Amino acid sequence: MATQHSRSAARLMMAPAVILLLGWMLVPLTMTLWFSFRNYFPLRPDREPGWAGFDNYVRFFSSSAFWPSVQTTLVIVGGVLLITIVLGILLAILLDQPMWGQGAVRILVIAPFFVMPTVSALVWKNMFMDPVNGLFAHLWRFFGAEPVVWLSDASLGSIIMIVSWQWLPFATLILLTAIQSLDGEQLEAAEMDGAPVHKRFVYIVLPHLARAITIVVLIQTIFLLSIFAEIFVTTGGAFGTRTLTYLIFQRVLESQNVGLGSAGGVYAIILANIVAIFLMRIVGKNLDA
Amino acid sequence: MARSVTTQRKAIYTIVAWGIGLLIFFPILWTILTSFKTEAVAIADPPVFLFFDWTLENYAVVQERSNYMRFLWNSVLLAGLSTLFGIIIAVPAAWSMAFVPSRRTKDILLWMLSTKMLPAVGVLYPIYLIFIKLGLLDSRAGLIIVLMLINLPIIVWMLYTYFREIPGEILEAARMDGASLRSEIIYVLTPMAIPGIASTLLLNFILAWNEAFWTLNLTAVNAAPLTAFIASYSSPEGLFFAKLSAASTMAIAPILILGWFSQKQLVRGLTFGAVK
Repeated sequence: MATQHSRSAARLMMAPAVILLLGWMLVPLTMTLWFSFRNYFPLRPDREPGWAGFDNYVRFFSSSAFWPSVQTTLVIVGGVLLITIVLGILLAILLDQPMWGQGAVRILVIAPFFVMPTVSALVWKNMFMDPVNGLFAHLWRFFGAEPVVWLSDASLGSIIMIVSWQWLPFATLILLTAIQSLDGEQLEAAEMDGAPVHKRFVYIVLPHLARAITIVVLIQTIFLLSIFAEIFVTTGGAFGTRTLTYLIFQRVLESQNVGLGSAGGVYAIILANIVAIFLMRIVGKNLDA
Repeated sequence: MARSVTTQRKAIYTIVAWGIGLLIFFPILWTILTSFKTEAVAIADPPVFLFFDWTLENYAVVQERSNYMRFLWNSVLLAGLSTLFGIIIAVPAAWSMAFVPSRRTKDILLWMLSTKMLPAVGVLYPIYLIFIKLGLLDSRAGLIIVLMLINLPIIVWMLYTYFREIPGEILEAARMDGASLRSEIIYVLTPMAIPGIASTLLLNFILAWNEAFWTLNLTAVNAAPLTAFIASYSSPEGLFFAKLSAASTMAIAPILILGWFSQKQLVRGLTFGAVK
């Protein structure tokens, strides 16, 4: 159907987007790779720049900060995923029920997703988690308990909570969209046949949601691997909240050890790509359909 | 009988759902309420909810102290222009992929998606260096380009999924009736494409407005948008809850309102058409 003429026109129309993204990807990526093999301290004129081979990779990998940062990253990503998926499924099922003011409740639930990360982190940090004046401190004192110093004594849990609050709407919204496409007659038939609620959930609802859950897991993982602002304004990476992203940020911009930071960056890119491959497969399959 | 049972059920669902909804919304509500309190009332123990002397003082103080309007203007410019340029570049691309697909269309789409998954921190220093060399650090132009590039894959994808839903037969019918290419675009395609373009614009404006990695790392004073302005409150100074609340409310209010209009597009846009 498409003529030779329209094909070349199509290629021309695609060119700007493709060229821009190609440049955006290749130029910085090549530079990061190049830096990762060099000793490079822009702010330290006394230290000669030079070829480092795989030194940076080995040093980043074997530094005492590396494994804790990987562990922190995994705990945060895993914790947020668990909370948002479980609560997201429950909320989606609830919001799918008949009720008054469904649209309004949906709006309330979705709202946190639109709050910019620096705002939500600071509001939680100060107005809820402040050990003296925060609402939680008031609440703890009301029950006669000693207020918790959230961001230093329960730092990881606090950050997981803040980030979960931000991402719960996303999970809920997507799972709700998926649930709404569920065939109601199938559920009714199962109910008539006397299948109890939990069996209907396990054998009908959950399998139907499997694809949506996978997509939520993959997309959230990619975004969660690189959360930054929430840590930047709450703990600044202290109290065991230094994620891989934050560690690289500190190496590159704070201590200006660009070679070492770039090697870390390459690790982060590899990690994200492992997740991305799975996501692309699902999305790609959907394109064929 | 049956009817009363369903009504009862519906009432229970309504109460539970509203309770949970309000709980999730509470931090935002509390921020908005606190922004109208004096600093002393803001930290009162026990907390005061509605019955206090409402004041607009904090909003005045925030504006006076930090020239809030400039940050707001930066946010509007950065989010608006980056999205607009992104759309201008993406419309022809998505258009040709939807209507003149080739064997490579799928690969190109997936590759574009993969650039979105590149962790920003992995290319932080190169971008930082390029910005210094080109004098783009803390400039609006530089950030507009970066924000456009990071959202371009999502824009292309969203437009592509919308365009693909426009039936090709309509175009053929218009051509049969003797419509020129120009009138085909103006009278047939544009009206059908506008809703999709509008939703894409809306969602990506929101994403650009809230972007907080590049805006924090590449700006200082001149180009800093609201994300950076709020971050400057991270070092506390005396009593500042009410002022923080006022600043936060102003930063999120416009987006909350826009966001409510974009719920449906959110799913499509952020799952790359995989969930509709």
